[in-house]
Amino acid sequence: MAIYSIHESKIKKLEETANQIRQDIIKMLLVAGSGHSAGPLGMADVFTALYFHILNHNPKKPDWPDRDKLILSNGHICPVLYAVLARAGYFPIEELKTLRKFGSRLQGHPHRGSLPGIENSSGPVAYGAGLAVGMAIAAKMDEKKHQIYCIVGDGEQDEGMTWEAINMAGKWRLDNLTFIMDRNNIQIDGYTEDVMPKEPLRQKYEAFGWHVIDIDGNNIRQIVEACQQAEAIFEKPVMIIAHTIPGKGVDFMEGKFKWHGITPKPEEAREALHQLRTLGGKIKSEHE
Amino acid sequence: MNKYNQTLDKNFRDKEKLIQIPTRNGYGEGLVLAGKENPNVLVLCADLTESTRSIDFQKEFPKRFIECGIAEQNMMSMASGLALSGKIPFVSTYAVFSPGMNWGQIRVNVLQNNANVKIAGAHTGISVGPDGMSHQALEDIAILRCLPGIIILVPCDAIEARKAVLAAARCKGAVYLRFAREKTPVFTSEKTPFQIGKAEILKKGKDVTIIGCGPLLYEALLAAEKLEKKGIEAEVINNHTIKPLDEKTILASIKKTKVLVTIEEHQIMGGMGSAVVEMLAKKFPAPVEMIGVQDRFGESGEPEELMEKFKLTHPYIIKAVEKVLKRK
Repeated sequence: MAIYSIHESKIKKLEETANQIRQDIIKMLLVAGSGHSAGPLGMADVFTALYFHILNHNPKKPDWPDRDKLILSNGHICPVLYAVLARAGYFPIEELKTLRKFGSRLQGHPHRGSLPGIENSSGPVAYGAGLAVGMAIAAKMDEKKHQIYCIVGDGEQDEGMTWEAINMAGKWRLDNLTFIMDRNNIQIDGYTEDVMPKEPLRQKYEAFGWHVIDIDGNNIRQIVEACQQAEAIFEKPVMIIAHTIPGKGVDFMEGKFKWHGITPKPEEAREALHQLRTLGGKIKSEHE
Repeated sequence: MNKYNQTLDKNFRDKEKLIQIPTRNGYGEGLVLAGKENPNVLVLCADLTESTRSIDFQKEFPKRFIECGIAEQNMMSMASGLALSGKIPFVSTYAVFSPGMNWGQIRVNVLQNNANVKIAGAHTGISVGPDGMSHQALEDIAILRCLPGIIILVPCDAIEARKAVLAAARCKGAVYLRFAREKTPVFTSEKTPFQIGKAEILKKGKDVTIIGCGPLLYEALLAAEKLEKKGIEAEVINNHTIKPLDEKTILASIKKTKVLVTIEEHQIMGGMGSAVVEMLAKKFPAPVEMIGVQDRFGESGEPEELMEKFKLTHPYIIKAVEKVLKRK
């Protein structure tokens, strides 16, 4: 992957943005009082890399036909999507605090049409995969050059429809399609391999005609380089298995499946924000 | 004679002289016409290309035909992605599979995305025949009618089926189209009007309203003709659009006749008749008899044997009319 380069200063900047996104997520969830914590925090680096470096998009023209499209298949991690969209300029940052509230454009699960930048309504997991495949086929038919990205969870690998979509993408050799899996090893009822075995994921996807890249999903350089590599792969769709730490950045949430579907209480949020602002004690002075 | 809709086939009274074509053939013809009219029209099919008549489109526009394999959930999800990219996909397979197996994808991916997807349910009703209960879709309207934003069309013959496909391709939004396997009389003509949301009066009458959809409407016409001889003037309405319901036309008829019989090749729960009586219960309560499948699954047999066993033919419509008239 050495042929792709991203300057160290840019990586630092993206890491700072990801940290800001994590703080946004904690603040949003605290005010919302319900929702999911672990997934959004774990995926903050992936979403930051996509919206601030990889995706060819324009917040001023959300309907621009040649934009890269990001489909969210696991809609429950939407706080991270909302936070990056707001920070990218799709809507006012102020609005983040309306998450899940009556009358808000930030619905509990994303609704296309409610908010600029949302490509698909989602919520029940695995619905986005086939939709993304349809978009990639449409782009091929129209000889468009944009990329389709689809974020999927590891839990939704249980769903039969996931494999229907994966099969179809392999049949069409959709090299304009990149999936990024949040491989965080947790789902609602426990650790993924206890609930229903997923592995061997790499071999499964390869058997369906996909190119697979395993990365540390909390490492911005690896995320960027994997996405750049994915764009360069011909004749195959690409699955980037992003091994993430659920709850990343907040020590008492990291790796705990109980944080999948709950939100922090005020004192927990205060502690979480403190950890994020000081980078877990690495920074002495705390800036608000 | 002028009680009858003047645009019906001139031989509509004589079944022997009418050509018999399955409504699914009208689907195939309509797809080709829609495809010629708009390059964005695509057809998706799940390993039933010939029997759904999607094959007509596949031959004409092979590059705009997508074989999805036996994977109806993914077919519907892909259709939503294609539609959000500006395409007009027609999703074709048996109704027992779509919407039978992909209701969730229709609900979230199609309707909650406001995606311009057309869903064609083939092989509906007990007239599917020998294949038996698993393949006879009798619940498709019920499970779709409750979904916000969908249009539901049930054409009565092959000509109307073709018109319905073209109308669906031209309108924006999700549409469900219902087709049948068996040959049935083509009793409308090219001139018969077809407009989404506008019920068509096939015969005028003042004593009772018979309201139906699909090929069974021909039985309603036969019943109405025999009722004339008994001195009963039945009004026959082709309610091809179940959603949005043409309340104006239906209400005007029931306010005149005061009683009605509903007919459909579908469970009586949640179907066309339910849509009509839900509306009437609020706006003009009237005695009703409902002809349809009475809360049971189908079975194997020749279509005509099953239509008789399930009491869907014109003698049973006449009995229902006589019964409801006693409650007037």
